[in-house]
Amino acid sequence: MMQNKSTEIIVGMFVAVGIAALFMLAMKVSNLGDFTDEAGYQVTAEFENIGGLKVRAPVTMAGVRVGRVASINLDPMTYNAEVTINMYSQFDNIPYDTSASIYTAGLLGEQYIGLVAGAEEEFLQDGDVIDLTQPALVLEQVIGQFLYSKAEGDE
Amino acid sequence: MIKLIRSLGRWGLGTFERLGRGHLFLMHILAGIPGLFLRFSLVIHQVYSVGVLSLLIILISGLFVGMVLGLQGYNTLVDFGAEESLGVLVSLSLVRELGPVVSALLFAGRAGSALTAEIGLMKSTEQLSGMEMMAVDPIRRVIAPRFMAGLISMPLLAAIFSAVGIIGAFLVGHGLLGVGDGAFWSQMQAKTDFYDDIMNGVIKSVVFGFVVTWIALFEGHDATPTSEGVGRATTRTVVHSAFAILGLDFVLTALMFGDE
Repeated sequence: MMQNKSTEIIVGMFVAVGIAALFMLAMKVSNLGDFTDEAGYQVTAEFENIGGLKVRAPVTMAGVRVGRVASINLDPMTYNAEVTINMYSQFDNIPYDTSASIYTAGLLGEQYIGLVAGAEEEFLQDGDVIDLTQPALVLEQVIGQFLYSKAEGDE
Repeated sequence: MIKLIRSLGRWGLGTFERLGRGHLFLMHILAGIPGLFLRFSLVIHQVYSVGVLSLLIILISGLFVGMVLGLQGYNTLVDFGAEESLGVLVSLSLVRELGPVVSALLFAGRAGSALTAEIGLMKSTEQLSGMEMMAVDPIRRVIAPRFMAGLISMPLLAAIFSAVGIIGAFLVGHGLLGVGDGAFWSQMQAKTDFYDDIMNGVIKSVVFGFVVTWIALFEGHDATPTSEGVGRATTRTVVHSAFAILGLDFVLTALMFGDE
């Protein structure tokens, strides 16, 4: 009977360690831990070109993460990309005339949205639209423009 | 010539017969599983011998695999100035692939071979026939608990493997090579998805646990009841499990991540 009891205790510990490992993977390794602070408000922004922006990409202001991209759609009327942003609820004092641009983290890194605060006294609220946007810089276009202007200058 | 064709035919028939027996055996085990919940202590004892006793090898291998990944990944990433991404590299490779696959291979070597030898020896000493004489179904009493234990232990072992591996990579990456701990964890969290990465890894490990335990128990139950036969069956368990794990891993990976 004693043998039986200690076996059960050891098995119980094993199962607990296994579940703890899974829990650690979920909370510490994956993005599941972020879901708690995601209950914020949503704003949309229209971009001419989003480049390689993906859903769940970070949204930052002055380098601080203030939200993440919730969804990306194509506006059927204007043929622009309509990006929905989930803002974290603690950042509820962002001016109404804030502008949004798409940047790349490092040379090869992922793309993210950078917000620059405006000067309005009114703050962004759920469902608002960010009007001032700047499209992503597509490297091929920049190089193309550069080559074009260079060729023009030579003539 | 006729002899050759005949031996080929015999081989083919034998293979299909074994395959059929294996599936009937599986059906029989699955039918015995509901009854296990009435006597769960049988399963607990098997979880001890199948899972707990495999813990040491899983912990040590996980730690070293993680540390090696940390070193190798750092050396490659530093060329691109992307050593901050070490956490992502380690977590994705461990959670998606190495955790389930390597721990399943170790599990087949450590627990699968032991199961085959145990069942094979029970058969050759006619303990299984003895049980049948006493109107005890050996599949329900002996084999189904072991199957259930393998199914429970394997995902837990794979999760422990991945977690320990990530800690090992962190120790090497942060302690030895000086990758910032903030970047290590935050990039990992940004790029590792709970459902797409971790849950798919867990599904993989459940499938591997199912297949390895099934192969091990079937080989034991189907072994020629001599000492040589049991030895051969044990070898076959390890070899067939390795094939099954690696082949299924490709199929599962293609299904889960193929359309990205």
